[in-house]
Amino acid sequence: MPDLSGYRFTQTHEWVRLDAGTATVGISDGAQSQLGDVIFVELPAVGTRLRAGERFGVVESVKAASDLYAPLGGTVSEVNGTLAASPERVNHSPYEDGWMIRLTDVDESGASLMDEAAYLAQAEA
Amino acid sequence: MVSTTPLHSRHIAAGATMVEFAGYDMPLQYTSMREEHMAVRRGCGLFDLSHMGEVRLTGESATATVQHLVANDVTRLVAGGALYTAMCNEDGGIVDDLIVYRVDGGFLVIVNGSRRHVDVAWMRSHLAPGTVLGDESDATALLAVQGPDSVATVQPLTGFRLETLRPFRSSLGSVAGIDCRISRTGYTGEDGLELYCAATDATSLWDALVDAGSGRGMLLAGLGARDTLRLEAGLRLYGQDMDEGVDPYSCGIGWTVARAKGDFIGSARLLEIDPESPPRRFIGLALGPRHIPRHGMAVMVDGATVGEVTSGGFSFSLGHGIAAAYVPPDLDAEAPLTVDIRGQEAPARRVPLPFYKRPR
Repeated sequence: MPDLSGYRFTQTHEWVRLDAGTATVGISDGAQSQLGDVIFVELPAVGTRLRAGERFGVVESVKAASDLYAPLGGTVSEVNGTLAASPERVNHSPYEDGWMIRLTDVDESGASLMDEAAYLAQAEA
Repeated sequence: MVSTTPLHSRHIAAGATMVEFAGYDMPLQYTSMREEHMAVRRGCGLFDLSHMGEVRLTGESATATVQHLVANDVTRLVAGGALYTAMCNEDGGIVDDLIVYRVDGGFLVIVNGSRRHVDVAWMRSHLAPGTVLGDESDATALLAVQGPDSVATVQPLTGFRLETLRPFRSSLGSVAGIDCRISRTGYTGEDGLELYCAATDATSLWDALVDAGSGRGMLLAGLGARDTLRLEAGLRLYGQDMDEGVDPYSCGIGWTVARAKGDFIGSARLLEIDPESPPRRFIGLALGPRHIPRHGMAVMVDGATVGEVTSGGFSFSLGHGIAAAYVPPDLDAEAPLTVDIRGQEAPARRVPLPFYKRPR
């Protein structure tokens, strides 16, 4: 398991990591485990402007389709194109190779984020 | 109160994701549904199906009792032979779908775990004098090895020559020193074996099968893979594709109704149905690689709902979405169908069942 000290989490099970003003977004290990094998991920176009909490895509697994919500506001600067051919990366490497989108012009207003300990505590509650 | 099978500790030790099914805490998956599914298609997988029910009907009138209870003709079964059948109510609705084995002294009936208590009560209320019913479900474990490599995997554990067992035949035998009913049956669309043994022997048999399969690529397989495998193979799931309101013709298993065998429960109603135009039609639908239909989604023509998906999902073998659905019998076979997937109409092509047929 990677070091998650730089990761923050939403109640809807996305994570976000900020590196030099760019936010990388994915879903938590608990979320991928609950979903089971990911079949495909629907992601927004580069350039899409998102508000914190706004729906930005869908992850469809063997079990169900789940909406994805932006942990922060920002502009989609990159999407993980490798997920089209290898959606199982979300299962095998949710915090690294299975990332979904990157955001620039990051705007934290309206965001409600937890560190890993708080996220795990509320997931168990 | 949730029950456990005799193999529960093995599932927990293997790290399975557990789920409640048919009143049992069962393994949904061990590692990945996709990997477990493909292991069964290419090699083999090991399933715990001990939630299924086993009901033995014996006595001088057992044949008459079973013949009256089910729609198929059990008099044509040879010793050890099995058949698939519906057990119907007076209205021709399906109480359960069953596998019936001809065994020494009578019949062994395999029922869905979720229907066991309903079925046993139904059978008890329709026993001919002289038939004895024994519900052996709690005392019996069922382990299935499914996939093209099943026979080769299990053979080293038994002196019984497995390849002599034809599909839908069974025999008593010893596997890993454990007394079993060895059956060439399954619910995956592949070759395979189902092994019935005493619940007290289940962990020994499981461990021996795990040993035999290690190094051969056999994987433990959960109910998730069982569901995707059976859907690809066009096999119906009770409670989802059929229930007491559906007759065997409507759900496409009219071939199991022995119309000429004489009276049985539901026969009066079933004989009124024209097999070619049942009240409803059970069809297969093929969708795109990014369209995954789910149970309960609407089937549409020109924006109007004409039917409903009863089982749907992603076919790992075919790489696209598949669904089984009910539509009206008079629906134009050429009508362009769609499935309403969360408000979007996904194009669906009508295809014959099964979706997947194993290579011969």
